[in-house]
Amino acid sequence: MTEQLDAGFVAEQIAEHPEQLDAPTAERSIGQPLRRKEDRRLITGRTRWTDNITLPGLLHMAILRSPIAHARINSVDVRPALERPGVIAAFSAADLGEELGVLPCAWPVTPDMVHPDHHPLATDEVRHVGEAVAVVVARDRYAAADALEAIEIDYEPLPAVTDMEEALKDEVLVHSDKGTNKSFLWPFDSGDYDAARAEAEAGGGVVLRRRYIQQRLVPAAMEPRAVVVEPLTEGDEYTVYTSTQIPHVLRLMLALTVGMPEHRLRVVAPDVGGGFGSKLDVYAEEVISLIVARKLGRPVKWTESRSENFQATIHGRDQIQDIEIAATRDGKILGLSVDLKADMGAYLQLVTPGVPVLGAFMYNSIYKMDALRFRCTGVFTTKTPTDAYRGAGRPEATYAIERIMTELAHELDIEPMELRRKNWIRHEEFPYTTIAGLTYDSGNYEAATARALELFGYDELRAEQQARRDRDDPVQLGIGISTFTEMCGLAPSRVLGSLSYGAGGWEAATIRMLPTGKVEVVTGTTPHGQGHVTSWSQIASDALGVPFDDINVIHGDTRSSPQGMDTYGSRSLVVGGVAVHLAAQKVVEKARRVAAHLLEAAEGDVEFHAGTFSVKGSPDARTTIQDVALATFAAHNLPDGMEPTINADAVLDPENFSYPHGTHLCAVEVDTETGRPTIRKYVAVDDVGTVINPLIVEGQVHGGLAQGIAQALYEEAVHDADGNLVTGTMVDYLIPAAPDLPDFITDRTETPATSNPLGVKGVGEAGTIASTPAVVGAVVDAIRHLGVTDIRMPCTPERVWRAIHSGGDGGVPAASGTIAWGGPQTATTAGGAA
Amino acid sequence: MAWPLGGHAGGTVIPPEFDYLRPHSVSDAVTELGRVGEDAKVLAGGQSLLPLLRLRLAYPTALVDLAGVGELRGVRQDGDQLVIGAMTTHHEVLRDPLILRYAPVLAQATATVADPAVRHRGTLGGALAHADPAGDLPAVALALDAAFVIEGPDGRRTVPATEFFSDYLETAIGPGELLVEIRVPALGPEWGTAYEKFNRVAQAWAIVGVAALVRREGDTIAEARIGLTNMGPTPLRASAAEAALAGVSLHNGGIAAAAGLAAEDTEPSADLSAQPDYRQHLARVLTGRALRAAAAAAS
Ligand SMILES: Cc1cc2nc3c(=O)[nH]c(=O)nc-3n(C[C@H](O)[C@H](O)[C@H](O)COP(=O)(O)OP(=O)(O)OC[C@H]3O[C@@H](n4cnc5c(N)ncnc54)[C@H](O)[C@@H]3O)c2cc1C
Repeated sequence: MTEQLDAGFVAEQIAEHPEQLDAPTAERSIGQPLRRKEDRRLITGRTRWTDNITLPGLLHMAILRSPIAHARINSVDVRPALERPGVIAAFSAADLGEELGVLPCAWPVTPDMVHPDHHPLATDEVRHVGEAVAVVVARDRYAAADALEAIEIDYEPLPAVTDMEEALKDEVLVHSDKGTNKSFLWPFDSGDYDAARAEAEAGGGVVLRRRYIQQRLVPAAMEPRAVVVEPLTEGDEYTVYTSTQIPHVLRLMLALTVGMPEHRLRVVAPDVGGGFGSKLDVYAEEVISLIVARKLGRPVKWTESRSENFQATIHGRDQIQDIEIAATRDGKILGLSVDLKADMGAYLQLVTPGVPVLGAFMYNSIYKMDALRFRCTGVFTTKTPTDAYRGAGRPEATYAIERIMTELAHELDIEPMELRRKNWIRHEEFPYTTIAGLTYDSGNYEAATARALELFGYDELRAEQQARRDRDDPVQLGIGISTFTEMCGLAPSRVLGSLSYGAGGWEAATIRMLPTGKVEVVTGTTPHGQGHVTSWSQIASDALGVPFDDINVIHGDTRSSPQGMDTYGSRSLVVGGVAVHLAAQKVVEKARRVAAHLLEAAEGDVEFHAGTFSVKGSPDARTTIQDVALATFAAHNLPDGMEPTINADAVLDPENFSYPHGTHLCAVEVDTETGRPTIRKYVAVDDVGTVINPLIVEGQVHGGLAQGIAQALYEEAVHDADGNLVTGTMVDYLIPAAPDLPDFITDRTETPATSNPLGVKGVGEAGTIASTPAVVGAVVDAIRHLGVTDIRMPCTPERVWRAIHSGGDGGVPAASGTIAWGGPQTATTAGGAA
Repeated sequence: MAWPLGGHAGGTVIPPEFDYLRPHSVSDAVTELGRVGEDAKVLAGGQSLLPLLRLRLAYPTALVDLAGVGELRGVRQDGDQLVIGAMTTHHEVLRDPLILRYAPVLAQATATVADPAVRHRGTLGGALAHADPAGDLPAVALALDAAFVIEGPDGRRTVPATEFFSDYLETAIGPGELLVEIRVPALGPEWGTAYEKFNRVAQAWAIVGVAALVRREGDTIAEARIGLTNMGPTPLRASAAEAALAGVSLHNGGIAAAAGLAAEDTEPSADLSAQPDYRQHLARVLTGRALRAAAAAAS
């Protein structure tokens, strides 16, 4: 990107926010579209990606992975690999034994959850393609890769089970010692759903049932994972560099997993090139690298290839959603019932079981109702484990409710937006406690929707849709709606505790005032592309009155940012960013005391504004926060008994989640001759509360939309019946790029959150959560008049074409019929006398 | 196209060891190929070969890189033929004035190949020698009635397109031989051409592609040639449709009727992106569209 282009974009952003032009930077940094401090190095790659790290004597590790989904391992012989040139060592599970420990799952959602042991290197059986079986350590990565071929493994194939409903029959067991493929059943009831349903039926209302399939997705972060472990010569001490979202959680987990004292482990997340949840985990390779480095007493590096990333990094989604909604004839929702089956894959990773459970609170979305019934069954299959993927539970829930709301509207012959309006929480009703028990602090669905309808030209597009239908145009037009909300800012620790999560949801920040008046902000959050260095600088700049450029942000190293819960669940700003703000307030209070002393005034008379302390009534008596920082460093003249520091820490445990919301509208053209859907217009009006940096917010929305649209139209991880991942490269797993996406029309309404002092809500996942139902809804809407009510995701041209020509959801078998797809099975029951 | 990916060493995407040879003339290249024997592989742009090596689906002992062979590059005119060097890159094809004038369909199809990075490295010769049925250029070469000049230890020979593509990923290029140049008859302004590619994302391979060449005489089609991408193990000509088009008027249902024959005698494969019946349907729809666009482009 050229300088001119960038400058032009920034100028445009500034033009959109003229209110910021009259204020000096130090006064109002929040709200300005400042360019990201970290972009130059991240984009040029001249930075510390884990794979860029080299150390004296570094050894390279390569991993031999199972080519079979399910097999008994009769023997592993690594000795032949040792004869290969450049090889230092080779290990199987038997060689590393107990030292490797068992990989953790921190979210036992039920007390009786079936939780099989997950060994970093497979011991007696392999249970998914790509599971690590043995490693080679060599002088360079080429020698290591070559030597893998020499390892001899005797596999005895066992049957695979890839389909959840098949797995629930327990005929083929993933973990034979457990006797079942069911990991857990997590029920949640609020209100009496049976009564709601009966009321709908008795009153001439409607009970509508749909089955939606959340296909499996590959997170595919741009930077694959990588680990470098450095043993320190002074003793049993290790630095683990790893491309992770969670260095702090990881240190604790590594210590517990391998039984190493926590104070001897330092975990560093250097620059991290994306994660989308896939790096919110404790991975086999991290444990193996640590143990191998300890065994050899030398630094070891492992870098994941894209092929390995497809097989060995967690996958997302993969759920079957049976959803039923009961409503009165005039469109008032009475109750909602969801029966969810969630594919765990072969093992439980760090938060695997919690992901679908988190969704439970989002199915009711922005709507009022009397009853919610939720059942979630976790199922083992012989596939790569699933875990958090951008949105984690919330996109799935939003998809199901928004799709069925539109179906309900058609069933009742009510305009789809009108049906939503009838049921959503009205602006004046906030704070509002939902049927799922969450208290939404704020929201203005009316405002976001009004703006979206205006930008979209809703009425004109509806008219065009009708005209195309009337003239039987080969290109039909459809409109999809998503009026969504989400719960962000994970999370109040007490709530996490009540959901059996293993840790809290607080976040830590420290502000260090350096003698020259420059500032170091230390955060426990761990950016991996989100621009925390920039946003946190803006927050600190406003709170301290220190210029944006005088602030640095330190993160991602358990040594320099000792305390943290890291980055996921759109939590960083809402918890970590607010913690920065609170720490800055404490700095100001300490500095005020010093300033009062220096200015010989009473503390109560000293005012603070834009970095300057002044005394009420005597305008010439003033000093700056920078001068106070220097005076505190010198400590020659401080108030009696005052510690010589104005640095401060804050640890924030949020009182509530935050609830960003918005209205997304999508227009899709369907070429009925080929089945190809093309997005013609996409409008996203998001309400993420106070905006710290509009450029960053815009970027998060764009990226999120791309990922949500990708689920709707392009991406799908397909396994054949033998459990092979047949979409194992970018050739077959289609990730859309810029030419495949429309220009996004984005705007915001700003309803500040009332649960934190900055009014922020989080924006990392909004685009992903909102967009998928809007797009699929539009595809279906374009051909609804041809009898189509569902298309299986992704809505490939072939599926759309088949749906047009033979009805159903277009689900087609692929690759010579070996791939397991569930049937469409949608049923409608209209109860009572219509 | 799906690559089988097991837990073998291919998972590291590091190629197995090979020797690297860089000759500077066609004759040296042929000599090197002969010296190494059957396990040598020619390296052109590497855009198809390197993925195979990285996934350890091929284990050549030596790569003979043609990048230093200047005589294999460039486009010239030889009477009523264009002669295109095998190492001419996709990027060069897109900008070559002779191709744009006399064989525009080659540029039209090349524009749909992958992305700029791949087009800067990948070559026309490599794409044709690789003969991936999902590749866009083999069907175009077939429709252009191209001739393939191949050199080996026994000298040069010329093979017509109808004999060049022998089977899935197989061509008439024998062991120890090189594709040197591609000769295509120059098309006059009475010809119009179009390439219709159907894929799911902009950078993806074709699910189906159709190259149409139409020679117009006023309001009728005098002659049409249609090449089909990914409708079988090799590129195909839609012969039944071509025959039905001769003498057809542009203004009645003739094109539509002929397009309806485009999938005759095809046996496309089933894979992740499409089932055979859908491919055949697409071939018919795309043929109609390509023919209309080609006819509109002819003068
Ligand atoms: C991401 C990506 C997307 C792509 N998408 C498309 C697409 O949409 N459509 C499309 O048509 N292609 C596509 N390609 C392939 C691209 O067109 C390649 O350039 C082409 O297939 C091979 O050309 P190459 O010069 O790179 O050949 P190489 O990869 O170097 O060689 C390919 C094969 O041909 C042999 N060979 C090459 N030159 C000669 C010669 N002169 N004589 C004898 N044998 C030779 C080699 O030994 C090898 O077996 C894509 C490639 C990539 C990487």
